[in-house]
Amino acid sequence: MPAVSMTVNGKSVAGDVEARTLLVQFLRENLRLTGTHVGCDTSQCGCCVVHVDGIAAKSCTLLALQCEGAKITTIEGLAEPNGPLHPMQEAFREHHGLQCGFCTPGMIMSALDIVRRHGHELDERTIREQLDGNLCRCTGYHNIVKAIGAGARAMVKSGAPRQAAE
Amino acid sequence: MNATGIGAAVRRKEDFRFVTGNGQYTDDVTRPGVTRAVFVRSPHARAKVRGIDISVARTMPGVAAVLTGAELTGDKIGNLICGWMIHSKDGSPMKMAPHPALASGTVNYVGDAVAVVIADTLAQGRDAAEKVKVDYEVLPAVTDPAEAKSGPQIHEVAPKNIIYEWSLGDQKAVDAAFASAKHVTRLDIINNRLAPNAIEPRAALAEYDAGTDQLTLWNTTQNPHVSRLVIAAFVGMAPEHKLRVIAPDVGGGFGSKIFIYPEEVVCLWAARKVHRPVKWVAERSESFLTDAHGRDHVTHAELALDGNGKIVALRAKTIANLGAYMSTFSSSVPTYLYGTLLSGQYDIPHIYCEVDAVYTNTVPVDAYRGAGRPEATFVVERLVEVAARQMGIESPEIRKRNFIKAFPHQTPVIMAYDAGDYHASLRQAVEFADVKGFNKRKRESARNGKLRGLGFSTYIEACGIAPSQAVGSLGCGVGLWESAEVRVNPTGSVEVLTGTHAHGQGHETTFAQLVSERLGIPFENVSIVHGDTDKVQFGMGTYGSRSGAVGMSAVVKALDKIEAKAKKVAAYMLEAAEGDIEFKDGKFTVAGTDKSAPWGDVALNAYIAHKFAGADLEPGLKETSFYDPTNFTFPAGCHICEVEVDTETGKTEIVNWTAVDDFGTVVNPMIVEGQVHGGIAQGVGQALLEGVVYNKDGQLVTGSFMDYTMPRAHDLPLFHLGLTETKSPSNPLGIKGCGEAGAIAAPAAVINAITDAIGTEELSMPATAQAVWSALKRAHGVRQAA
Repeated sequence: MPAVSMTVNGKSVAGDVEARTLLVQFLRENLRLTGTHVGCDTSQCGCCVVHVDGIAAKSCTLLALQCEGAKITTIEGLAEPNGPLHPMQEAFREHHGLQCGFCTPGMIMSALDIVRRHGHELDERTIREQLDGNLCRCTGYHNIVKAIGAGARAMVKSGAPRQAAE
Repeated sequence: MNATGIGAAVRRKEDFRFVTGNGQYTDDVTRPGVTRAVFVRSPHARAKVRGIDISVARTMPGVAAVLTGAELTGDKIGNLICGWMIHSKDGSPMKMAPHPALASGTVNYVGDAVAVVIADTLAQGRDAAEKVKVDYEVLPAVTDPAEAKSGPQIHEVAPKNIIYEWSLGDQKAVDAAFASAKHVTRLDIINNRLAPNAIEPRAALAEYDAGTDQLTLWNTTQNPHVSRLVIAAFVGMAPEHKLRVIAPDVGGGFGSKIFIYPEEVVCLWAARKVHRPVKWVAERSESFLTDAHGRDHVTHAELALDGNGKIVALRAKTIANLGAYMSTFSSSVPTYLYGTLLSGQYDIPHIYCEVDAVYTNTVPVDAYRGAGRPEATFVVERLVEVAARQMGIESPEIRKRNFIKAFPHQTPVIMAYDAGDYHASLRQAVEFADVKGFNKRKRESARNGKLRGLGFSTYIEACGIAPSQAVGSLGCGVGLWESAEVRVNPTGSVEVLTGTHAHGQGHETTFAQLVSERLGIPFENVSIVHGDTDKVQFGMGTYGSRSGAVGMSAVVKALDKIEAKAKKVAAYMLEAAEGDIEFKDGKFTVAGTDKSAPWGDVALNAYIAHKFAGADLEPGLKETSFYDPTNFTFPAGCHICEVEVDTETGKTEIVNWTAVDDFGTVVNPMIVEGQVHGGIAQGVGQALLEGVVYNKDGQLVTGSFMDYTMPRAHDLPLFHLGLTETKSPSNPLGIKGCGEAGAIAAPAAVINAITDAIGTEELSMPATAQAVWSALKRAHGVRQAA
C-alpha cells in the first residue's frame, strides 16, 4: 500500500493507505479524527468540509494520496484542547446554530472559508448563497446564518486569523 | 425564574462537544476487530429470487462471511413487525405481510436486501458484494398508491394490495349535512412522498460477547428500549436482558430513526455468527432507498358550509401508501394520527373519513415529522382557504367564524381539545405579518412584473404522545408513558436518567433547567443520561413532541419524590417534625425558625445515614417514576406565508414568514424557536422542493441529493416568530410541545400563498418553478401568465 504523509492540525502524520482511500476515511479511520463527518455520497451535504492548505474542501472528494504534503485543518484543530473556542465555534453555540450537531463541523469549516473569501462583514444574502454546499436538516438555517454573521465579526475583535490555524 | 430555570434561553450544554468535533455518533464508535457489513440489494421493484451464488464472493480477500435470507430463516430469526393494529370498517384486522430482515423468496422494492457481506474493510466488503450473483425473475410492479388495488398482488395475505379500509366518524350524519349545505368545496390533493434525510445516515454497530452471551447494539435510534423490545420479543434475536441497545449522539431523526430496520437485525445476527463486531453505515443512496419515507397520500376532500361560511361538515377519502412492508408504526400514521385531526381548529359538527392503506413496490412509509398531522392540516387548511375564496370571505374571517371558542371541546373524531386560544394566535400573526399592508405590497410587486400572495395556515396537532389506555384502545401495541430516575449523589449533584432520547432537541439542557429550578442547584451540577438500555430503566423514546410533555412530567414526578424523601432526611438533621420542613431555593428550613440545612448537606446525610436508623428511613436519595399522561396535548397556532412569484420562470420566493404558536409552557425559548425554524424548513421543503419519485418500473428516480431537492440556505427566509400561551391542563408543567408544529403548518401556508398569487387552485406539491409556471399557463395561457 502506498505511503502518505501530511500535516493535520499542526502535527505531522503518515500512514500506509490503499490508493482508493478518501481523505475523509484517512482522517476518520486512520487518525480517529471523527469530527469530520460523512453525510452523503455525492459531495452535496458538506459535512466533511476541512481546510486543505487553507482552502475549504470536501474531504469525501479527495483521495488521501492527493493530499501528500498538504496542511490539513479539521474541526478538531480550531481550538486548543481545554482552550477557548474559536470565535466561529462560539458564535454557533451562542446563536443556537446547531441542533443535532452532525452538519456542524462542516458548517463551521465552510463558514471560515466564507470569511476568508468575503471578509468579516457578511450580509444575509451572501451567507445564504455561500452555504450552497452545506445541508442542514434541523435548523432551517435561520440561526446558522445569524451565527456565521456574528462569528465573522467576532473574529475581528478576537484577532483570529481569517484562515484557520494551519 | 432563575437564570437557568424554566423559561430561560440557556445556551446548550451539548454544544461544546458538537462544535469541537467531539460528538460521538454511531459511526464514530469502533470496537477491536470490527468488520464492515455491505448489503446486496435488489435492483428490481418486484422479483422472484431464483438463486443466490455466493461462491466467488466468499473467497474474496478480507471476507469473513456472506449471509443470505435463507440462512437467516434457517437460524429462526423472526420478522420485523408493525406494532399498531388497525381494523378495517368490516372489523377485519390489517393484513400484515411477513417482513424478513433479508428477503429470500421474493423482493418487493428496489433496495430490499437479499444478502450481506461481512468483511475486514468497507472496500473489501463492497468488492465482494459486487461478486454476489443473484438470479432474479423480474415481476411486474406497482408504485402509485392510486393504482395499487388494480396492480399485481404483492403479498399473499393482502388481496388487491389492501392493508386495511378504515373509517372514522358518522357517515350518515355527514352525508345529510352535505345534502342540505349551501356551499360545497371539493379538492383533490396529493400529499407528496418525502425522504426524511436526517443528515446523519442510519448506522449500526453490533458486538457479541461469547463469555456472557451478551449482544450490544450501537444504533442511530430515537427509542433504544423499543428497539430492544422488538428485536428481543418479536425478532427473537436474544432475550431482552441479553441485549443492550445504545443510542449515542444521533444526528437528527424526524421520525425516520424510530423504526426497527433490517440492517440492525442483520448486524446483530452476523456479529454472533462471525464472532466479531459488525458495523454498517448507510451511504446516502442507501438512505434514499431504505429509510422509511413519509406522507404519500392521495385524497379527495370536501367541505360543506352554510350561507355564512360556517362549516357544517367535512369528509375525506384517502389512499395511503405504506410501501412494500408495514414499518414499525406505519399503520397508525394515516389513521389515528390523521383522521383524528381533521377538525383542525374549527367547530365542525360532522366529520367522516375513509382511509385505504395499500402495499406498493416502494420502500416502507412511516412517521415523518408531524406524521399524519401535516396531511390532515393540509386537507383542512386548503379546504377552508378555497372555500373562503369561492364564497368571497376574507381568509382570517372564515377562520374566526369557525374557530372553537370554548374548552374542553370534543371533536367528532375522538380528540378532546383541552385548551387553546385560536383567535389570539391569529390576531397576533395578522399584526406581525402586516396583513393590512399586503395590498400595497401586492401592487408594488405587480409593478415589477411579479405576483404576490398571502397564505394562512391555522393548524392544530395532537402530541405529547400519549395516554397509554387511550392509545391501547385504538390498537397501539405499547403504552406511551415515560419514565425518569433522579439520582442525587452524596455531594448533591444530580443525574437524571430519562427514557426519552435527544437527537438535536437539547434535552441535556432543558431537562437540566427543570432540575436546576426545582432543586435550586446550579445548572452545571445536573447531568442528563439517555440512550442506553443498560443505564436507563425503560422508556419509549422521542417522537410526537412527547419529551417535554411526557418525559419532563416523569422527571417532575421523580423530583416530587426526591423532595419528599429529602425532607424526611432534613427533619432528622434539624431535629424537627417532617411536616415543619420547608424547601425553597436549595435550602431546607424549619418553618418559623432560623434552622436550616443546604441541599448538599441533606444529600450527604441521606447517604451517610448517621442521623437516622435505616429501619426508620432507607438511606440514599434516588427515585424513579413512570408518568402516563391524561390526554394528548394540543399545540396550535397561525402561520402566514407571503410569496412573490416570478411569472416568467414560475419561481416562488418566500418574502416573509410569520409564525405565532401556542406551545403552552416554554422551557427554553431559544430551543423552541430553533425547533420551529427547522419544522418550517421541512414544511417549505415539502411545499416547494421535495418529492420522492418512483417510475412505473419501481426505480427510485430521486435517489441522491443531486436528484432530490433538499432546502438550502438560499431557499429560505428569516422567520418571524411569536408565542401565545395557554397552558396544557394535562401535565404538571403545562407543556404542549413544539417539535412538529412548523412541518405541520407550513405546507398549507405556502400553497395557500402561491395559489393566492397565481389565481388558480390547480397546483400540486412540490410547487417547483416548473409546476407553478405550468399552473399559470394552464389557468391563464402563456400571455397572461407573462
